[in-house]
Amino acid sequence: MNLDQATNGQILRVKRIHSLPQSTELIHQLEDIGFIPGEQVSVLRRNILGGDPMMIRVGTSTFALRKNEAALVEVEPL
Amino acid sequence: MSESKVNFYPKEPLIALVGNPNSGKTSLFNLLTGGKQKVANYAGVTVERKEGKLFLSGEKFVRILDLPGVYSLYPRSLDERITCNVLAGRAEGEKKPDLVLCVLDATNLRRNLRLVLAVKRMGLPCIVVLNMIDLAKKRGIEINVARLSEELELPVVTSIGVKTRGDDNLRQMFSNMDFSKQGLKALQANVELDSTPRVEADNQIVQGILKRLDLDKIILDPLSDRLDKFLLHPILGPFLLMVILFLVFQAVFSWAAFPMELIKDATEWVGDLIGELLPEGWVRSLIVNGVIAGAGGVIVFLPQILILFFFILVLEESGYLPRAAYLLDRLMGSVGLSGRSFIPLLSSFACAIPGIMATRTISNTRDRIVTILIAPLMTCSARLPVYSLLIAAFIPDKNLGMGVGLQGFVLFILYLSGIVGALVIAWILKRFTGNKSQVHPLLMELPEYHLPGFKNILIGLWQRVLIFLNRVGGTLMALTIGLWFLASYPAAPLGATRPAIEYSFAGMLGKLLAKVFEPIGFNWEISIALIPGMAAREVIVSSLSTVYALSSNAQQDSEALIPIISHQWSLATALSLLAWFVFAPQCLSTIAAVKRETGGYKIPLIMLSYLFALAYLASFITYRIALMWGMG
Repeated sequence: MNLDQATNGQILRVKRIHSLPQSTELIHQLEDIGFIPGEQVSVLRRNILGGDPMMIRVGTSTFALRKNEAALVEVEPL
Repeated sequence: MSESKVNFYPKEPLIALVGNPNSGKTSLFNLLTGGKQKVANYAGVTVERKEGKLFLSGEKFVRILDLPGVYSLYPRSLDERITCNVLAGRAEGEKKPDLVLCVLDATNLRRNLRLVLAVKRMGLPCIVVLNMIDLAKKRGIEINVARLSEELELPVVTSIGVKTRGDDNLRQMFSNMDFSKQGLKALQANVELDSTPRVEADNQIVQGILKRLDLDKIILDPLSDRLDKFLLHPILGPFLLMVILFLVFQAVFSWAAFPMELIKDATEWVGDLIGELLPEGWVRSLIVNGVIAGAGGVIVFLPQILILFFFILVLEESGYLPRAAYLLDRLMGSVGLSGRSFIPLLSSFACAIPGIMATRTISNTRDRIVTILIAPLMTCSARLPVYSLLIAAFIPDKNLGMGVGLQGFVLFILYLSGIVGALVIAWILKRFTGNKSQVHPLLMELPEYHLPGFKNILIGLWQRVLIFLNRVGGTLMALTIGLWFLASYPAAPLGATRPAIEYSFAGMLGKLLAKVFEPIGFNWEISIALIPGMAAREVIVSSLSTVYALSSNAQQDSEALIPIISHQWSLATALSLLAWFVFAPQCLSTIAAVKRETGGYKIPLIMLSYLFALAYLASFITYRIALMWGMG
C-alpha cells in the first residue's frame, strides 16, 4: 500500500520509497525529511478540497505532502 | 589559466550555526548576537546571509554566521547548496568556518541527530547544541547530556533560544575555549571524511543512540495537535484563515492611517520650511519637489509595511503561516502554484517590493518567477489614494443596504479584480510553461506551535525596515529626481498661459502618449500625469493637480481636484482609469526590484509588457462598454 491510500490515523511503517526515474530529487528530499524504511508514519488529516495536500506525521515531525508525493512512499501496517 | 583570488578575512574566529529548519537556530542566533547583525546576500545569489558578533570579554569577540536551515548536507535547494558550500570552504568570499554549532531541536532528536553525523564527516570542529531544552523537559523527554556527548564524541550543551540568558551555557563554554588551531582541533571528530549522503546508515546509528539513551519513544506536543483540530478543521480552518486575513488587512489600513497622515504632514512641513530658506530657483525646486517629496513618498508606506510584517512575523514564528499555506495549497495548485506563493502575494498588498523579495523562499524557479510576475496585481497601498480620488469624484455615495456603501463596494471590486486577474494570469502561464509530468514538490514542514518571541519579532522587523529603506529608498529617490527633471525642463516660456508642465519633456511625452491612450478614453492631462506616476502611484494625484494648474503644493488638493475632474471627465473615462490602475505596469522601483531579484532584464521586460497590454485591454473594454451604456 502507498501512503496516499492510507486511512487517517492509521499507524504505519515506511517500507520503501518507490524509485521513479523522473523524480530522484524528490525521493532524496523525502528521505532527508525522515521517510526512511522502518520509520513510523501516519496520515493526520487531508485537505477538504480533493484530499490534497495531506498532513503527515513521520517519526516526530509533521509535514504537508501532496498526494502524488505521498504516493511515492510504500507503507505497511505496524 | 584561472585567476586565483586572495581573500582577506577578519582574524576573529568564525562560528557557523547549522541546523534543521525550525530548530530555533535563528532565535539562538538573535540571542547570541543581540540586535547587532549584518544582513546581506551571499555572493551572486539571493540567499540571505546573516552575520553577528558575540562579545566574550571586553573587546574580544567571535563572528557568528547563521547558515540557511537544512535537513541534510546533500545540496538540493539553493539554500542547502549555500550551507554545504560554506561548510566545505567552497563558498565565494566566505572563509571556511573555524567551528560549527550544530543546533538541534531537543524535542525532535529523531530527525535532527542525522545532521550531526553529516557535519562530523565534513571534518570541522563541532559543538552540538540541544536547543529548546525547556520544551523537551516539559514534555518529559529527559536527555542525558553526558551520555549523548559520549555517543557523538562531541561536546554537547543545552540552550533555550527564546529565553533571555538561555544561551548562558554556550557563552560560558566559549569564554573558556581555546580558539587557536590547536585548541579547535580537539573538537574535531575522529571520523573518515566523506560527503556522500548515507541516509539509511546514518538513521541506523541515530536509532541506536536513541535506544541506548532511552529516547526512542515518539513523544509529541499535545497542544499542537489540539490546536490543529480547530485551525486545520476542514470547514472551520479555512473560515478562521479568512477571519485572520481580514483582521490583518483591517489593521494594515486602519492602524496605519494616523502615522501616514503624520508623515505626510511632516514631509510637507519640512518642504515648506526649506522652501522658505532657499532662494527661488532650480535648487529649491530640486530639493523640495525632488528630494524631500521623493523621500516622503517612500517613508509614507513604512507604517503599513511595518504593520503587515509584524503580523507576518507573528504568524510565521507561531507556526501558523505554513498551515495557512497548507490550507491554500489546493487553491493555488489549481492555477499551477503552490501554497508557498501565498506569503509573497500577501505582502504585495502593502507593497509589491517586499512581496517580490519574499519569493526567495520558493525553491521551484518557475513558481518563483510566476509569483513575481503576478505579485504586482495584488493592489498595493500606493494605488489607494488614486482609487479614493476617483471613487470620491465619480461613484455616488449610495447605500446598498446592510451597511454596505456603493463606494466601498467598488473598492472591494477593484481589489478583487486584481486577485482574479492574478489567478487568470497564473493559470495561463501554467498552460504555457507548466511541464505536466514535472512534480512541484510541496514537502513543507508544519512545525509545532510556539509563542512568538517578542525580541525575535523586533529584530526581524528592524531588519526588514533597513532592507526596505536601503534598497527601495535609493532607487525611488533617483527616479523621483529624474522625473522631477523631466517635468520641470524645459521651463515654460515667458508669458506662458498654460501650466508649466505642459511645456516640459514630460508634457511633450504626455501629448504623444495621449494619442496612444485616446481609444481608452484618457485625455492628454491624464496622459501627462501618468509619467510622474511611474515613480510612485500616488504621485498621480498631485500630478493631476499640477496639470490642472491648481497649485504647486499639491498634497492637499485632492479635494479641490474632485469637482474639476468630475466636471471635465466622463464617467466612462473615470472607470477606464480605475481599470487601468488595477493592472497598470508597476512603479519603476518595482521593476528595479524584479530586475535585481531575477538577475536580468528579461523578466522585468516581460512583466512591463504584459501588464501594459493587460491594463490597456481592461481599460479598452471598460471604456467601450461604459460608452455603450451611455456613460460618455
